[in-house]
Amino acid sequence: MTNPMTTHGSGAGIELAHEIAAEEVETMLVPRQHLLDLDDLSVADITDLLDSAEGMLEIASRDNHKTPALRGKTIITMFFENSTRTRVSFEQAGKILGADVINVTASASSVSKGESLLNTVKTLQAMSIDALVVRHPHSGAPYFITNHTDASVVNAGDGTHAHPTQSLLDLFTVRNHVGDLVGKKVAIVGDVLYSRVARSDIIAFQKMGAEVVVSCPNTLLPDEWQWDSTLGSETGFAGLRLAANVDEAVDSADVVMALRIQQERQDSGHLPSLREYSDRWGINSKRMELANDGALLMHPGPMNEGVEIASDVAHGFQSVVEEQVRNGVAVRMAVLYTLCAPGKSARIGGGDASNGEETKS
Amino acid sequence: MTNEIDRVLLSQDDIRRAMTRISHEILEQNRASSDLVLVGVHTRGVHVARRLAANIERIEGFSPVVGTLDPRLWRDDPDVASGQPSLPSDIPNGVDGKPVVIVDDVLYTGRTIRAAMEALLDFGRASRIQLAVLVDRGHRELPIRPDFIGKNIPTARGERVLVRIAEIDGDDAVVLGYED
Repeated sequence: MTNPMTTHGSGAGIELAHEIAAEEVETMLVPRQHLLDLDDLSVADITDLLDSAEGMLEIASRDNHKTPALRGKTIITMFFENSTRTRVSFEQAGKILGADVINVTASASSVSKGESLLNTVKTLQAMSIDALVVRHPHSGAPYFITNHTDASVVNAGDGTHAHPTQSLLDLFTVRNHVGDLVGKKVAIVGDVLYSRVARSDIIAFQKMGAEVVVSCPNTLLPDEWQWDSTLGSETGFAGLRLAANVDEAVDSADVVMALRIQQERQDSGHLPSLREYSDRWGINSKRMELANDGALLMHPGPMNEGVEIASDVAHGFQSVVEEQVRNGVAVRMAVLYTLCAPGKSARIGGGDASNGEETKS
Repeated sequence: MTNEIDRVLLSQDDIRRAMTRISHEILEQNRASSDLVLVGVHTRGVHVARRLAANIERIEGFSPVVGTLDPRLWRDDPDVASGQPSLPSDIPNGVDGKPVVIVDDVLYTGRTIRAAMEALLDFGRASRIQLAVLVDRGHRELPIRPDFIGKNIPTARGERVLVRIAEIDGDDAVVLGYED
């Protein structure tokens, strides 16, 4: 069994894994310190993180959920975009693990005085931190930061690039309901062009063997993609099906995920009106009837009820939206613990921890 | 797994007899208290605890509660286990005021048991905590002493004691191996 964070080069996030392999062979031996994207994690790495989250979920749900696992570690959450659930969820995860968590937001920090990202990171770096959880409006910002800090960097959403912990919690939520994802149909509906959640989720669900179908207005599809087609490998999303319409996407789906439609998209002319969007792409009870019995309705939040998702289904029996939030804490605990717990060392007599035979005692 | 020459220390029958004896000892020490809780330490300790509970039911006619505990996050040496996923702990109805027996397969440095005792505190204040292990291989690094021992097996540090449990490994055996 491999440690999810130790099998790859450090910080491969943006570049493709094979490029890293060719150029930075030496770093392949360095334990992974960061979580920037899911594209360079193996199925086994992801499975280990999800397995770990099972135990974390149980701990998080206890009356007394404080553990000493990361006692003495400092985690800084640095959010350059607004967020409730992701920031609170990372903070809660760090605190349950016993770490000290400090929140930095752009508006309340020297960033508002014009300090650059680089200088902000250097300043924080000088205060001996163990992990930096970063959300930034620019794709690649967390990767940039990895070059200027010794801390583990966790991407909490960067531009339109990736949101790996959201995808892990989505996988975890679905796995808890349907078990193995192989052959399951996942419909993702909404702003695919701008959504980092969509991009990370497509990668994550495809990696775990699910069939992913997306549906969205043509104006929100990347230029070279066309409705009613299946993408080839040149797009980086081989096998991704672009449905002709929402009904086709949702038809016999096991998971339906509605994405948040951002007001900015309408202002920029991508959408005629929110009402038209709601009619043509909104998820409502009628569309959910097309899905399989027991299908799950997901939304990464925050929801625009009445636009991309109707209120009755958003809070209906198929909705797992609140469960996603609860699972977010567990998954982030698993990520922070894996990144921040002291690295494996050759401990004499310690046995081989990875096959679980005789390490204890 | 590793290039070791395995030597069988306990056979299936040896293990069965040892577990039967431990079951009697637990009952004797706890005066067959029906509050008794057996808490197995993940992963193999859980299966040992379940078998002890089955024995106790056969002998005394009541089935003690079996809980599971993963003390990983309470370890002082998380490097040893950081590669493994953490597992859910579950102790039905908690341990408040009840006698508890922590059950594990191998007792070695004592660090897992220290962590397990600390993790157990979150489930209530047990009236008493005891420790049952299938194998005690020595080399304690903490002042921890088991109350119930299947077999004392003096070992060298470079050796490995592998407990095989049918529920996980397909057969029952205690095997001595060597570090590669």
